[in-house]
Parts: sequence; C-alpha cells; structure tokens
Amino acid sequence: MEAILEVSGLTVDAVDRRGGRQALVEDVGFSLARGETLGLVGESGSGKSVTSLAIMRLLARSLRIRAGSVLLGGQDLVTASDRNMEAVRGEEIAMIFQEPMTSLNPAFTVGNQISEAVLAHRDVPRAEARQRAVEMLDMVGVPHARERVRDYPHVFSGGMRQRVVIAMALACDPQVLIADEPTTAVDVTIQAQILELLRQLQAELGMAILFVTHDLGVVADICDRVCALYAGQVVEQAGVDEFFDRPRHPYSDGLLRATPQSTGSADRLHIIPGTVPTPDALPAGCRFHPRCEHAVDRCAEDAPALEPTAAGGLARCLREQELHLGARA
Amino acid sequence: MTPTEDRDQHPLLEVAGLHKAFPMRGHRFGGGPGAGAAVRAVDGVDFHIRRSETLGLVGESGSGKSTTGRLVLRLIEPDRGSVRFDGRDVMALDPSTELRTLRRDMQIVFQDPYSSLDPLAPIASVVGEPFEVHGGSSRRERDERVAALLEQVGLGATHLYRYPAEFSGGQRQRIAIARALALNPKLIVCDEPVSALDMSTQAQVINLLRDLQEEHGLAYLLIAHDLAVVRHASHRIAVMYLGRIVEVGDAEALYREPKHPYTEALLSAVPVPDPRVQRTRKRIVLRGDIPSPADPPSGCRFHSRCPYAMEICKEVDPEPFPFAGGWAACHLHSHGPKLAGAGVAGLPVGATTGRTPDARDRIAVDR
Repeated sequence: MEAILEVSGLTVDAVDRRGGRQALVEDVGFSLARGETLGLVGESGSGKSVTSLAIMRLLARSLRIRAGSVLLGGQDLVTASDRNMEAVRGEEIAMIFQEPMTSLNPAFTVGNQISEAVLAHRDVPRAEARQRAVEMLDMVGVPHARERVRDYPHVFSGGMRQRVVIAMALACDPQVLIADEPTTAVDVTIQAQILELLRQLQAELGMAILFVTHDLGVVADICDRVCALYAGQVVEQAGVDEFFDRPRHPYSDGLLRATPQSTGSADRLHIIPGTVPTPDALPAGCRFHPRCEHAVDRCAEDAPALEPTAAGGLARCLREQELHLGARA
Repeated sequence: MTPTEDRDQHPLLEVAGLHKAFPMRGHRFGGGPGAGAAVRAVDGVDFHIRRSETLGLVGESGSGKSTTGRLVLRLIEPDRGSVRFDGRDVMALDPSTELRTLRRDMQIVFQDPYSSLDPLAPIASVVGEPFEVHGGSSRRERDERVAALLEQVGLGATHLYRYPAEFSGGQRQRIAIARALALNPKLIVCDEPVSALDMSTQAQVINLLRDLQEEHGLAYLLIAHDLAVVRHASHRIAVMYLGRIVEVGDAEALYREPKHPYTEALLSAVPVPDPRVQRTRKRIVLRGDIPSPADPPSGCRFHSRCPYAMEICKEVDPEPFPFAGGWAACHLHSHGPKLAGAGVAGLPVGATTGRTPDARDRIAVDR
C-alpha cells in the first residue's frame, strides 16, 4: 500500500529559557496508508500528543522539532513555510481533539465556523460554503442539519459537539485525520456512536486516520495497526490482531495484562510496577528496563534499537527473539 | 440470637427511597426556560451493601451516581429517604456531634487526587489530619500511625514530610486512600478512584483496594463510569439511569446476562480489548443523548432510547422485577416477551409487541 503520510526520525525537544534542550519525542517514525487507521498508543508522558501536534506543526513555542521529516503527498511538513502549513492544515490534514470546545468558537454559529473552514481553502461563493456546512452536519449525523447550522456550540451536547468538530475537520475532504483522544471525554454510549461514525466516514471518504488513544478497547475497535510509545520512543509497531495476540514488547504485553476486561475473569490484575519516567530522568539502556519483569543485566546497559520482528512488525527489545509474550488464553 | 449475629445479618448500609433535586437557576437574567424547575438528580434509589462487600455503581454522566455517594455520607442533605448504617439511622443523627462520630466509619475517596489533597500540607498532616479531628494524639504518635498507613498503601515512611506535588497521580491516590483508612472505617465511598490515572497505575490502585478489603473487611461503594474496572472490582453492581437504579445483580451474572436493556446497551458500548472479539460481537449503538434529568421521559425513563420499547413503556413506570441475586425495573419481564428474569441478550429486536416504529433505527447490530 502506498503511504499518504510518512513520519520518520521525528525528534521534538522541550527548550527552556536558558536554551537547555530535552527530547520529549525521539526518532519516532511510522507511515499511514489511504483508508487505514493507525493507533498511536501510550500513557501520559509517552509523547503521543507531542507527536501528533508536531505533525500538524501546532507545537507550543517551547517545543521544537530537532530532526526528522513528515512527508505528506511529497511535501515535507517539517520544513514547510508557515504559509504553506496554513494551506495544508484543514485541506490535506485535519485534527480533532479530546475537548471539542477547544476547536469551536463560542461566539459564532456552527454553520459559520464550518463554512469558514471551507472558505479558507476553496474559492467558492459564501452560499455554497454554507450549503457544504449543512451537508457536512447531515453527514456526521446531526439531526435537522438545515436548522442546526444556525445554532451556537453551547446548545449542543458533548457528543453532538464532537460531531460538529468532525464535520468541520472533514469539510475540505482531507487525506489524513488526526484524532487525539476524541472519545475520552464522552460517555461510553456516545463513544460507541463516534467510533461508528468515524468508521462510516472513513469507508465513504477514504481518509487515513491517526488515532491517538490510551484505551486499548478503542484500539481493538477501530485500528488496523498499532504504534505503541513509551517514554518518547516507539517500542512496538504491529498489525492490530498481532499486537493483541502476541505483543513483542514487554511494555505492550504489560499494558494488555493490566487492562481489566469487561468479559474477563475477576482475578488480580497484572501490575506494571513504578511509573513512566519523566524526560529529565530517563534510565540508561532500555527505557523500560526498571519496570520490566523480563529485564536482564544487559537491558540496563545497551539501548535497544527498533528491529523488525518475524511477524513483519517492529519491536524495541533486546530479548524480543527469546521472549514469548502474550500467553493470553 | 446474640447481638453479634443480629448485626451480621443486617447489611452494613441500607438506602431506601433516596431523593435529591437541585433547583435550576434558569436564565441569568431571571425567567427563561428551566427557571423554577428542578433537576431530579437522585429520584428514588434503594440499595444495600453488606460488610466486606463491594457494590459497583455505574451509569453515564448525569445518572446521579456521584450524588448518591455524597447523599449516603450526608455530605449533601437528601430531600427524602432513609440511610441506615451499621444499625443507625444516619438521617436522624445530630450533624455536629453524632454524625461527626459516624464519619469515622464512613469515608470517601475522590476522583481527582490533584485537587483533593492540600498542596501546602506535608503528607504527615494530610494523612494524619483525621487523628487530629477525631481525638488528638501527639505529633510523634501521629507520625508513627501515618507511617504505618503509608506502608499499607505501598508507600514508604520516608515520604512523611514531602508535599503532594512531589508525587505522581497514582501515588497521590494511594495517599488519599491512606487518609481514608486512618480511622479504620467500615465503608469507603470511592468516587471514580482510578479514572484520573494512567493505565499501568490503575491496576495498582484496583489491586490495592482489593487487598485492603481482604485485610480489614472493608465495604466499598465503588462509583465509576468504566464498566471493565467496576466488573473487575465489584461483588454486585447497580446500574443507574436518570436518577434511578434500573438493575442490580451479582457482578458476573449482570455482565454475562444483563436483564435490563440499558445494561445490555451500556455493556455492548464498551469496546473489548480484543480485536477479534470486538469485530464479531453483537453491538447496540444507542441513538441520541441521555435525556435531561430535569425533564425525564414519561413511563420508563429509558423508553426513548430503548431498542425494545413497547407501548406500555411510554406510559407506565416499571416496578422492579425480582430474580435470584437482584432485580431489574423493566416491563419486558412481565409484559410482551415476558422474560420473567431471563436475560435480554437473546431477544431479537422485532420480538416486542407494539414496539415504536422507529425502534429499528435505534439499534445497529454488528457492523
């Protein structure tokens, strides 16, 4: 499959006032094909949000891309001018966030905001942009779209707001949608609706989705492939079935076993001891080794590289060949 | 019968007919829609918790589960209803004396360990405060007891004079649990104790709660929206919808064979962390949002979103239908298919008589 989006060697630093630098994300790479959903999975501090904001070039001023490239349709977004980026954002790559109100202006009607997104990229009459707003609201399942374009964001429920934001993000038919924890703030019944909607829209429009989440259930539901991050590095990449059946990195395996299952037994949960290290206190060798039940002496010394696995994925573990993880019933 | 036996036969906590409505402020400039109306946050709730038992309370936002937790402790005053704890009528207690004493036995742990701990107080005084409030002890005595508590929740005594900001989320939640344990309570209300925590730390706290229960015979009212967590940690589960409990049952049975359509829908909405299972399971996607608790639907409150709704459901509020280990408030058990305590899962959508014409629109089975 041909990749639409190709991220490689992406390294993002936090820069303090005295010019000191600390890498939050190091050498992150993955690719995304048309119509595909890649799950970017990790706990807080893993670098998943920094990665997605870096792709959009929406990083806070204190964060800088030190190295790497983000290729989208032959153009490198890392070196693109700000002006070029403005043309790309919304038109070719769009993003939705956990809290829909961060992307909605409370002072304008939703119709106004969606047509604004269209007008920013397309040279069309205002009435046509307006028509597009109605179509989009209808497409994302907002009932009575023709009337509701005149409503302000605050009158919508949380789930409906997330639909409005999706309508706005997809108004210009982008090739890539980055969804950063889009269902974390909503109830499970609404989450099920939003996931269903994204799946449907993807089937219709064919966009690729980079789905950022910490929820392994959501990953199992919507993703085709998984890229797991730990302490700013990719630790594993695999197809979704492979990832759940036979994880190749002890961290992936630990997360899967620490997740309570609504269908599973009531045994004690597996525990990953300790917490995610902060970027200023990264352990030597493998970054996961102090918490790893399979760690041996060399794990504390040698930093493992991201190596291909027999199953066609990637894993960053010195013992990948000898460990047989994922003995889930 | 000895008094001890008698005590053991009665549940530790018994809640009956609990009601709480919050007035709506309406429009800022007076009048407007909603002025004078009330949100019926908790609208007739009954349940009990036995000693050493965990009752999980689940429901979507706005279902009234957190309000229920606070009413039980009388952190807010109910409008109506009774709460009996350890044989005493909690509502009849004098707030400044008796209720204060009772609160040694009933504690609460909140969701957000960032806002529930005083950032300016060292851990020794955060965790030791209950000792000061409920009968003084010297500073040395206090520190010794706090160190022992910290030990119990898996934190070293070296943390005594550190501040909350120096701890991670999981550690802070352990500190909050240590504080709740300080006076040897019999019941702890845990309001979303792990939802602010990361995946790997969630498991640590869930296991800790279980260990403490085994050690001290604690009972928990575990309020959470994460159904996987609740199933894992609870003996029995109560499902709330719009201020009411719609089903109670043993945890395993409730998950295996839900008896109320809302329970079924809620469970089917939780994605299973196994892609093969997730691809093939029966899925019910409820259309629409949870209605406003200020104006709940007539009859059964769930009828407006229920894939099996019948005519009677719009008009008559269903009575609890009892079965082994619990009950469900749903007409399907006594009308239409007359499930009589069987699970709703096997029910085809068209099975209900006189179902509303748009019922099929509200259900999407599989992909």
